Amino acid sequence: MRFADARLEAVWGKVRAQERLSSEDGLLLFETDDLHGVGRLADYVKSRREGDRVYFVINRHITPTNVCVLSCSFCDFARKKGADGAFEHTIEDMVGMIRADAREVHIVGGHHPDWPFEYFERIIAAVHAAHPQVQVKAFTAAEIDYFWRRWKIEPKEALARLKAAGLMSMPGGGAEIFSARLARLLKYTGKADADRWCEIHGIAHGLGIATNATMLYGHVETLAERVHHLLRLREQQDASGGFLTFIPLAYQVGTTKLRPRQTPPSDSLRTIAAARLLLDNFPHVEAYWVVLGEDTTSIALHFGADDVNGTLEDERIQHMAGAQTPAGVAREQLFRMIHDAGKIPVERDALYNVIKVWNGA
Amino acid sequence: MLDVIREKAVAGKRLDRAEGRWLLADAPLLEAGAVANEVRFARLPEKVVTFVIDSNPNYTNVCVTDCQFCAFYRKPGDPEAWTLTVDEVLAKVESAAGLGATTVLLQGGHNPALPLDYYLTLVRETRRRFPQVTPHFFTASEIQTIAAQTGLGVGGVLDRLHEAGQRTLPGGGAEILSERVRRRIAPKKGGPAAWIEVHREAHRRGFKSTATMMYGHVETPEDVLDHFDAIRELQDELGGFTAFVPWSFKPGNTLLEKWIKEYQGPNAYLRMLAVARVYLDNFAHVQASWFSEGKRTGQIALHFGADDWGGTLFEENVHKAADYVNRITVEEITALIRDEGFVPAQRTTTYEIIKYW
Repeated sequence: MRFADARLEAVWGKVRAQERLSSEDGLLLFETDDLHGVGRLADYVKSRREGDRVYFVINRHITPTNVCVLSCSFCDFARKKGADGAFEHTIEDMVGMIRADAREVHIVGGHHPDWPFEYFERIIAAVHAAHPQVQVKAFTAAEIDYFWRRWKIEPKEALARLKAAGLMSMPGGGAEIFSARLARLLKYTGKADADRWCEIHGIAHGLGIATNATMLYGHVETLAERVHHLLRLREQQDASGGFLTFIPLAYQVGTTKLRPRQTPPSDSLRTIAAARLLLDNFPHVEAYWVVLGEDTTSIALHFGADDVNGTLEDERIQHMAGAQTPAGVAREQLFRMIHDAGKIPVERDALYNVIKVWNGA
Repeated sequence: MLDVIREKAVAGKRLDRAEGRWLLADAPLLEAGAVANEVRFARLPEKVVTFVIDSNPNYTNVCVTDCQFCAFYRKPGDPEAWTLTVDEVLAKVESAAGLGATTVLLQGGHNPALPLDYYLTLVRETRRRFPQVTPHFFTASEIQTIAAQTGLGVGGVLDRLHEAGQRTLPGGGAEILSERVRRRIAPKKGGPAAWIEVHREAHRRGFKSTATMMYGHVETPEDVLDHFDAIRELQDELGGFTAFVPWSFKPGNTLLEKWIKEYQGPNAYLRMLAVARVYLDNFAHVQASWFSEGKRTGQIALHFGADDWGGTLFEENVHKAADYVNRITVEEITALIRDEGFVPAQRTTTYEIIKYW
């Protein structure tokens, strides 16, 4: 491979030899002008791992409540109890939201001041009992940590009980950016910090609960903070090994306005590519169409992404922040994004078991 | 193949058809993009992206040509048919001028009821009343229509428009310059030679024009190469093209919708731009169409060979008829260009820079 930025040749040497990239390499991937070079390296790695396959899942998002005790500066979703627009679903409502063909249900919500841990346990048990074919992916590490802060239930106990109730995997949210500086600046000090977030994922992995990881980027963080975040995840994966997918989350401007516009699409493509290259121990890197839009997602399939998330029959958090994508994209639209990039759609479940390879679909 | 192509392209040597075919059909997308980006900066080293403040009104939707891809036209006598008076068109020019437009791209259906004087008055009055606005009026097939109806011939019509003050022509109506494709989707518009003849005659008279391409319907890579070869040849001959402007066919409400449900997406578009940048070695500019492909794809296109953002398009009716609508302001254009690391520069119809933003 030849590069417009000759500094990428050393990275190419490591990539080809399957050697681990350093933090300096990571910074170079974010700083170089050679966007195509970074993309080509990531595409090489993605193709070596997955060929032309791109994964998706028929899934449903359920948000039990948007009532939250926190006030993170980047969040358009949270409401105080009793405030306009605050909602609290009943278990019956939530069970009724799931269609028979869903493979995965993703349950994430606010840090509710009153709902006891047992209520969350009952949500999982009820969903699992009503829809045993659906894999339940629920509660970010931030929520698990909150069960400790609010109810003094140790994460290990919480996760073991949730698993017994039917929890199969954990989403990767609540990581934000691992940075004490940003936690203070953006007022998320009340949330699990990097060590705690990683600790909880490690505990989950130890209990056989697979998890995902995210990074909220494109607000006021530095490129070095992004690299640090990615390497912290890589370190945790080395230690506990249970991460399935890394999902970079482009900050949605909405009404929180930490910046005037969403970070440009080339930044998202580059971030996906850099993640694919740095996270050498993560099986998958996702281009999440809700935050990126369908066009950028489709292009991202040439920049190292091998997953587009799913049909998402309901997705409240990003949409309340003004994400400009249709709320219930059909499988056909996912096919369109994947086919436009010349890739093969592979339907999966939450654990990446292949349900169907949609050859010629 | 890739290394040969890169070397030739960066050295300014011409690609042959087999190399073009490989880029169109076989090259990995990012490899094509990387070469295009390198060629773009070899030709235009400044990190500048131009845009124009413009509007695309229409003077009539009456048309006798029945193109299969068109959702805009109505046959003469149709209850939804309309034709604007000269004053009504000039009011649109005035409103665009009031918003700061320096280009008005005016085009319409092929309406045999309109006399030569209608067209000439539009040009003359635009020149007289709005000297800051370039009348970028009438595509090749409209010129053909006027030529047939007046008996003046293409050259005669262009002479009269030139006398009236017109100096540029929009490049629409090329579709895909291949006999096979045009016979299939626009049989009454004539073969590629019809479009080429108008632009050749225009360039001979000192007009500048753009070359467009509407892809994503019935064409094959061979048809696209026919198109590229036709415009590259004419550009060698007279050098009158300012830019190449491709966009994807939008099937909504067209006759072709029956066979083609979806428009081609961003990857096809980026590839088309990249191949055009490398293959059309005698074109100075390649335009990224935020309007037809979406703003994010437009931004990414700036890394795939495009150096121009197109225009504000204060008014647009043709894509709109196919249920495809998009809006932008000058402030947003300059911000989106800057976000991608380029300096935005406002340009004229003929790509001279007016002002850096």
